[in-house]
Amino acid sequence: MADVIPYNREEKGAQPPSLYLPYKSTEFRAPKQPLVILPHTLSEVTGPVYGHGRVLPVDADLTKQHAGEPLGERIIVSGKLLDENGRPVPNTLVEVWQCNAAGRYIHARDQHPAPLDPNFSGAGRVVTDAEGNYKFTTIKPGAYPWRNHPNAWRPAHIHFSLFGPSFINRLVTQMYFPGDPLFAFDPIYQGIPDVKARERMVSRFDMENTIPEWALAYRFDIVLRGRNATPMEH
Amino acid sequence: MSKQRFGQTPSQTVGPFFHFGLPYENDSNLIVGDAQGQRIVVEGRVTDGQGEAVPDAMIEIWQANAAGKYDHPEDVQDKPVDSGFHGFGRCATDKDGVFRFQTVKPGAVPGPGNTLQAPHLVTFVFGRGMLKQLLTRIYFEDEAHNANDPVLGLVPEARRATLIARKTNPATYRLDIVLQGEGETVFFDY
Repeated sequence: MADVIPYNREEKGAQPPSLYLPYKSTEFRAPKQPLVILPHTLSEVTGPVYGHGRVLPVDADLTKQHAGEPLGERIIVSGKLLDENGRPVPNTLVEVWQCNAAGRYIHARDQHPAPLDPNFSGAGRVVTDAEGNYKFTTIKPGAYPWRNHPNAWRPAHIHFSLFGPSFINRLVTQMYFPGDPLFAFDPIYQGIPDVKARERMVSRFDMENTIPEWALAYRFDIVLRGRNATPMEH
Repeated sequence: MSKQRFGQTPSQTVGPFFHFGLPYENDSNLIVGDAQGQRIVVEGRVTDGQGEAVPDAMIEIWQANAAGKYDHPEDVQDKPVDSGFHGFGRCATDKDGVFRFQTVKPGAVPGPGNTLQAPHLVTFVFGRGMLKQLLTRIYFEDEAHNANDPVLGLVPEARRATLIARKTNPATYRLDIVLQGEGETVFFDY
């Protein structure tokens, strides 16, 4: 059995530490023992090829999952899934979930005083095409309060879950909106040490993909770990 | 190392509200048909550094089939793929922090060089309060090959038991996941 081709390791500064005390819930959920360095084996460089289940067109339009139209600003979110070498990641599952335009999640544990929207659930799924592109339609989520610190608010965001070509590529992240004044106060956003790397989570306004008299658009490209394309340089 | 052209997108927590976005029907049952091999339940409880149950974690597993074959193009072993078995499973913990998978016991798979890896489940832990997922493995106590497993061999001996599920009845294995503190589970830097 030939040895497998490993993936790149975590990019320093671009990935958060497990313990980041300004985000209070990390205090008792971060390991204290040193991590054991794992060489990538066949178990890590393989993974579920097509995520799970059958993805339907309605899964990619969060505004069409109920009888009526949800309230809020209709947006199209699209982008490309690629690796660090710029290679597209085709045919992989993208899962998204978010709160509604008022900042309320359809979740029993979210009880803050903002209205639910009977026409919006906030969950979607899409598979990237042969060039790694994905696109879905939704409404712009609102900011919402949480109890991490006094008067804490999360900047508006959409949760993303990605698979990619191997289990090692598994990534859960959040997409933010440009210019949000709450970035400076949000310990989840600030949990990424490298200031420039944080900005990779911020979508950009995408005039090209807007639809006149229908929807605004944002673009969010996502970069998964790659493999070293060239042999080791000495 | 060559310089990468594109920087990695950072990881962020799944947060407390993933339950309407990520779980799906039968997500914790990897048996989708007439799967080969021994059918087993793998279960456990996730606790935090205060010994409290973690009711908002999510566990994902990836494993080989009973023959030790991954259903993936990079597994070029001359072994059969099992159409009755799906190697990926997902389970949100319940209010008591408990997760439970229905699966088959995986076969041994190749490791680095000429080594063989004892049967195991590649395991990710996601949760509120976790800015990035944690990687661990679940092995089985009744596998003699654990003693020669190249990955268990990297783990300090005193901590290896945190990766080895105990057999609690003939078809059930249990491994608790301790995020922090006494008996802390071994997590990997990958």
